[in-house]
Parts: sequence; structure tokens; C-alpha cells
Amino acid sequence: MFDIAIIAANVLLSIALVLGFWRLYLGPTLPDRVVALELIASLTIGYIAVYVISSGRTPFVDVAMVLALTAFLAAVGFARYLEKGGHRDDD
Amino acid sequence: MTEFFTGLFLVVGAAFMVVAALGLVRMPDLPMRLHATTKAGVLGAGLMMVGVAVYFGDGGVTTRAVAVIGFLLLTAPVAAHAIGRAGYFVGVPLWEHSKTDELKGRYDEKTHTLESPPEMHEPAAKDDASH
Repeated sequence: MFDIAIIAANVLLSIALVLGFWRLYLGPTLPDRVVALELIASLTIGYIAVYVISSGRTPFVDVAMVLALTAFLAAVGFARYLEKGGHRDDD
Repeated sequence: MTEFFTGLFLVVGAAFMVVAALGLVRMPDLPMRLHATTKAGVLGAGLMMVGVAVYFGDGGVTTRAVAVIGFLLLTAPVAAHAIGRAGYFVGVPLWEHSKTDELKGRYDEKTHTLESPPEMHEPAAKDDASH
């Protein structure tokens, strides 16, 4: 039963990852892609949680913590440079 | 019992992640996509970290899982605000059926300042009643 739950969580996360990459590919503007990247970082935290539980390697929780912070820094950096760039006409 | 709750938290968290990704794909413009991904995404990741804390039941792991949830809850709204602000400033179009855009025409792209809001209607009847 527990194995089934872990497999189900992996499958659901994979579906969400495919949808996130679909928006990353589709765009249509750069901020949309930044939002997709942020969701993909959250999904990676979920994958780490599943992996920690299924393998029992607890030090990987630290990786999730660092990933949460770096995803925040990436999003804020993107937003800052976008804002400095001014009005843009994307496709 | 521990395994049951861990599996429950993992599956429910992953389901919220799927909802967030569906919102990301299906919503029509940038603020709505932000709305879907930040809330549902943070809730999904947080529930999965709660699953980790429940499964190990160990002080160190629980502290680190709570720290991950705290960082997510602190950083996600700030990041969403920054992206939404930048998206508005660089001219990402809103959905064509959006009703109001209160910043329209009042934001100066050169100086990044807003004009003051239009004058509110003074309640004139109250002024007469005071005499």
C-alpha cells in the first residue's frame, strides 16, 4: 500500500512536470516562463521529499531547503532584470 | 499508521502540484497563472514536506522539514509579487475579458512612479448635517 502511494506521488509529480514544461515551451512572454520555472523548482522539492522517504537518506532534506532559497533568488533576479529592461514586445 | 499518513500527505501534496500545473497551463494571463502556481504549488510542496516529517518522526528531520515549509511560505509570496510587478511593468497583456486595470495610464515607465489616485467623492450630505 505504501509503495503504491509513493508510485502515485511520483506519477502525479511527473504529470505536473510535463505540464510545467509545456508552459515553459509555450510562453508566450518571459514572465510566464519565469512562473513555470518557479513551479518546476517546487516540483523538484516534491521529488526530493518522495526520494527521501523511499530511500531513507535524510540528508537530502537539506537539498530541498537550499533549492527553495535558490529558486526564490532566481525568481527575484529575473524580476529585477526584467523590470530594469523596461517595456518589451515579446512574441 | 505512520505509513498511512505519510502516503496520504504525499499523494495529496502531489495532487495539489498537479492542480498548480493545470492552472499554469490553462489560465489565460500572467496574474492568474501566478495565482494558481504560488498558492497550490506551495501547499503541495508543504504537504509533501509534512509527509517527510511524519514518516521519520525524528527531531532533526522534523526541524529541517519545518524550515523548508517556512522558507517556502516566506519566499513564494515575495517572488510572486516581484514577478507580477515586473510582468505588469514590461507590458504583459492582461486577459481580454479583464474588467478593471486600476494602474492603467497612471504608471510612469521612466521614473517607476504612480500618479496619485483620482479624488474620492466627498460625502457632501455629512458636511451639511454637522451644522
